Amino acid sequence: MHELSVCQALIGQVERIARENGARRVVSVVVAVGPLSGVEPALLEHAYPIAAAGTVAEHASLTVEVMPVEVHCRKCGARGEARPNRIVCAACGEWQVDVISGEEMLLKRVEIETDALAAS
Amino acid sequence: MCRDCGCTLGPAVARAPLASVKPPAGRVETIEVITAILDENDRVAAHNREHFDGHGVLALNLMSSPGAGKTSLLEATIRALAGRLRVAVVEGDLATENDADRIRACGVPAVQVQTGNACHLDATMVHDALHELPLAGLDVLFIENVGNLVCPASFDLGQHRNVTLLSVPEGDDKPAKYPVMFRAADLTLLTKTDLLPYLTEFSPARARAALQQVGYGGETIELTSRGGEGFAAWLAWLDREVAAQRARTAQGRTARPNVQPEGALAHASARPAR
Repeated sequence: MHELSVCQALIGQVERIARENGARRVVSVVVAVGPLSGVEPALLEHAYPIAAAGTVAEHASLTVEVMPVEVHCRKCGARGEARPNRIVCAACGEWQVDVISGEEMLLKRVEIETDALAAS
Repeated sequence: MCRDCGCTLGPAVARAPLASVKPPAGRVETIEVITAILDENDRVAAHNREHFDGHGVLALNLMSSPGAGKTSLLEATIRALAGRLRVAVVEGDLATENDADRIRACGVPAVQVQTGNACHLDATMVHDALHELPLAGLDVLFIENVGNLVCPASFDLGQHRNVTLLSVPEGDDKPAKYPVMFRAADLTLLTKTDLLPYLTEFSPARARAALQQVGYGGETIELTSRGGEGFAAWLAWLDREVAAQRARTAQGRTARPNVQPEGALAHASARPAR
């Protein structure tokens, strides 16, 4: 249940980006989260409005892109999906694999609304 | 009553319903960013790591469920290392000074971080605690995280290694239930093995197999804090890590725990951060 802490960190970054780009408000926020990051997408979505309340991102939508757990096998070279508690090669069952996706906890994109008058 | 999920927050704090998402009225700009959400925490953690390296201190983050025996392990370890290695402890708990008192009773400095309702330590809490410790005179700093097998795994504190405890009464399938935590370990300690004769349902072999399934490739030591072969193996691991940290410090290098937060960044399509 650390998703509020994560959301507060997220809003901190979004506020900085909004400030640096002269945003009037933030329209949308896109994050990428993998199951191995320890963050639960549904809890992130619940915590987000609480963290965003009273900030420039108060009325922004949040999109959580859930990344798959993907591994690359060191033995047979296959690339495939795995489960968080069964991180093995789908092709040959080998456990010595490199995780190539699934650890993400990233801010990917921010859509902002700028002052139309100032921009023209 | 968790601060983090907001479950005690009443209607006074508005949860913006979806309907409140406003359609844009002015000019809309899309800004592509690819940064770790916990960027600020990672920055403070890197700063902590510089402090540790600057003083040649090995920092270890101890994680486990509540009651797995972190504090007992530390008490026994401090007594065993007395006169050989200089140790201090940062204790994380929601409330009480109990654990820090137990550590101080062993004759070493301890700072208690009371996290209130927060379920994990973060880099800033550890940074603030460091100001109360004599880093210059230390060989090892143990950071005893809040007992929790979920949240602590997501926050870098600046430590060099993660040590995760799994106690016999918890069951040998814990790694399968909490894969993120056990993947993050550099060393796993199966603790309270003196209970194995009574809790015959716990199989160390099954625990090791479950660890392997979550991609854990580190060492696993079976021990009881009451002493014996496994405990000696833990002390030997500590000696090796202290020697390795001294060698790194001399060469101006550092080390990070097994799972590197930047790992995920490298996998995302690279775009310059703004």
